[in-house]
Amino acid sequence: MSLSLNKNPMPEQEPKVRAKNFSEVSLGYTEELAKAEAARCLQCKTAPCRKGCPVQVDIPAFIKEVKEGNMDVAIAKIKEVNSLPAVCGRVCPQEEQCEKYCVLAKRGEAVGIGRLERYVADTARNKGEHITAIDYAPDAQKVAVIGSGPAGLAVAGDLAKKGYKVTIFEALHLPGGVLMYGIPEFRLPKDEVVQVEINNLRKLGVEIVVNAVIGSTFTVDELMEEEGFDAVFIGTGAGLPYFMGVPGENLNGVYSANEFLTRCNLMKAYRFPECGTPIHVGKKVAVVGGGNVAMDGARTALRLGAERSYIVYRRSEAELPARLEEIHHAKEEGIDFQFLTAPTAVIGNKDGWVTGLQCVRMELGEPDASGRRRPIEIPNSEFILEVDTVIIAIGQGPNPLVQSTTKGLETNKKGNIAAHEETGVTSKPGVFAGGDIVTGAATVILAMGAGKKAAAAIDSYLQEKKAK
Amino acid sequence: MYKILVKQQLAPSVQLFEVEAPLIAKKAKPGQFVILRVNDQGERIPLTIADFNREKGSVTLIFQEVGASTVELGRLQQGEFLLDLVGPLGKPTHIEKFGTVVCVGGGIGIAPVYPIARGLKEAGNEVISIIGARSEDILIYEEEMAAVSDELIITTDDGSKGIKALVTQPLKELLDSDKTISLVVAIGPVIMMKFVAETTRPYGVPTVVSLNPIMVDGTGMCGGCRVSVGQENKFACVDGPEFDAHKVDFESLMARQRMYKPHEKQHSEYIAGKREEGCKCHSH
Repeated sequence: MSLSLNKNPMPEQEPKVRAKNFSEVSLGYTEELAKAEAARCLQCKTAPCRKGCPVQVDIPAFIKEVKEGNMDVAIAKIKEVNSLPAVCGRVCPQEEQCEKYCVLAKRGEAVGIGRLERYVADTARNKGEHITAIDYAPDAQKVAVIGSGPAGLAVAGDLAKKGYKVTIFEALHLPGGVLMYGIPEFRLPKDEVVQVEINNLRKLGVEIVVNAVIGSTFTVDELMEEEGFDAVFIGTGAGLPYFMGVPGENLNGVYSANEFLTRCNLMKAYRFPECGTPIHVGKKVAVVGGGNVAMDGARTALRLGAERSYIVYRRSEAELPARLEEIHHAKEEGIDFQFLTAPTAVIGNKDGWVTGLQCVRMELGEPDASGRRRPIEIPNSEFILEVDTVIIAIGQGPNPLVQSTTKGLETNKKGNIAAHEETGVTSKPGVFAGGDIVTGAATVILAMGAGKKAAAAIDSYLQEKKAK
Repeated sequence: MYKILVKQQLAPSVQLFEVEAPLIAKKAKPGQFVILRVNDQGERIPLTIADFNREKGSVTLIFQEVGASTVELGRLQQGEFLLDLVGPLGKPTHIEKFGTVVCVGGGIGIAPVYPIARGLKEAGNEVISIIGARSEDILIYEEEMAAVSDELIITTDDGSKGIKALVTQPLKELLDSDKTISLVVAIGPVIMMKFVAETTRPYGVPTVVSLNPIMVDGTGMCGGCRVSVGQENKFACVDGPEFDAHKVDFESLMARQRMYKPHEKQHSEYIAGKREEGCKCHSH
């Protein structure tokens, strides 16, 4: 049997059909497809794929078990290091991580590692996983984790398995962070996938306290001095939306992507009026930005009934920061890309509603500090894109609440927490940080990787503390 | 889950809930608010903390039944539970000894003015309060406000109690009197706060209003509550909710508050329909 150079395609909903519903776009491998894909793996001894994985899943080992049909062993292998495989298999940019280093990628397409991870996790979940609760030692040390996004969940999972009593504090009413409010249902199902994986952590023994805003309900100092926590991990993410600072941004119909996506994903506004949170989507929607959040916004708008959904991006297609797969899906669904276009004002009517987005055309100049070619305005190229909804997806910064209420916690000039890259150690003893609150907005798996490194550092810190 | 310890009808469609929430009660300060969710399908709605009892571990919320969510909230009984309650959120009122202060509360806005008036009184200020409502039967917190004020002025639109006037009339009389007014705090409908701002502006008296834009998370992550203050965009949930009234763009705030009017109607009709279905089931 000769080895296929191409990945086994994953069944998907038809673009025309899925653009009108919130069900998951990708349907996942069947058992046959998963085994066939697993058979493509060459089982390299050096396993270069592993070095691309921020949490170093033993990829060849789990794939071998898939090939042989031992799904229980496969899930156990993955879960040794990754508590949220159904999530990671779906949302990791594998093309830049594990799959980038796959030897098959030199001649053809890499092994579909993400798809296989997803298959294994989904199979285990559908069978109903049995989780054994941790038997805590009477003198188990306590760790507080602030924020229940990918970084916090990774820290919690790792430390719980090491026997620490972990309590996660979450400001919203449901845990998951960006997995719940940011990434849409059609990429990452909430009740079926995210909450199930988080509930597995609960079964393990992790306590999750929702509706707790750290900096207000408790401060970090109170957690350590009054509530008896031996260490604290801060994983509060990059949740503060940036606006463009152009005229008309407060008109009705202008959303930050965070608000638009939170209404839709966390509050289930797509099920309004059955669910009480409303959302406004006009006939024509412009989403400003070119990252994954922008793609999510534009594709969500289509599903909420928009007739036209534009991506307005100031650079060209080559510079789009979004994942290739997301751009591809967006194009299939009919998203209209306006490249080399920068908004200069939001135009409104006398009742205060958006009627258009005033833009200028751009051309690319010399590369800037980020290495990407800098967009330069073309004189006299102004035009108005007729839209009635504008979603701003130009990035997020750190929410200052925890930093500003914690004594002795240093931040950098962007307001991110200053923490050691490999350990998450901050300027405050016993306090660790990781994920977007340290790096600025990045990816789910990088946040999880940071969480794993911090968990290891917290473990050594606590062992030392106990020995004293 | 947060238990409703006390439920009390204050006026037609105005309810008071005292809710068990020890963590919030421990930290709450005048001027702050909470966000709650009635049930799993519910939206997140902001309510100002009208009072708190640290010993009892409870906070008091006062709300008017104005739409589907507040009607649903009002249907909960003493002993039942709110699904979600988070807080205290927002910046507390800046309280110090200013001298003579005027606290203005309109309608349901009297409730959140109360802890502020009390705080100002405790800080040694002379507190003159003006509370107004459409008519006597919907006037709330009269006794409570009297207890924390050196002088209490009541206005009603129809003259059924106190002076037949808007709150701005006695306010202007005070500003014209010999008294030196150091600060005015006003909470109520946006239109009332706007007119209070216009009344005090020519006198140059510092005026603080508590804004009530639409909110989702209430922690600064979405910007849905953004308001223009002195040409700058502020998030009311984290930078406020209190702002310098003379710098607030009230027109834009009012326009933004109207954003979901058709949705609110649709939601109310849906909930009413559901309830009717429910009743039919019972009769069979």
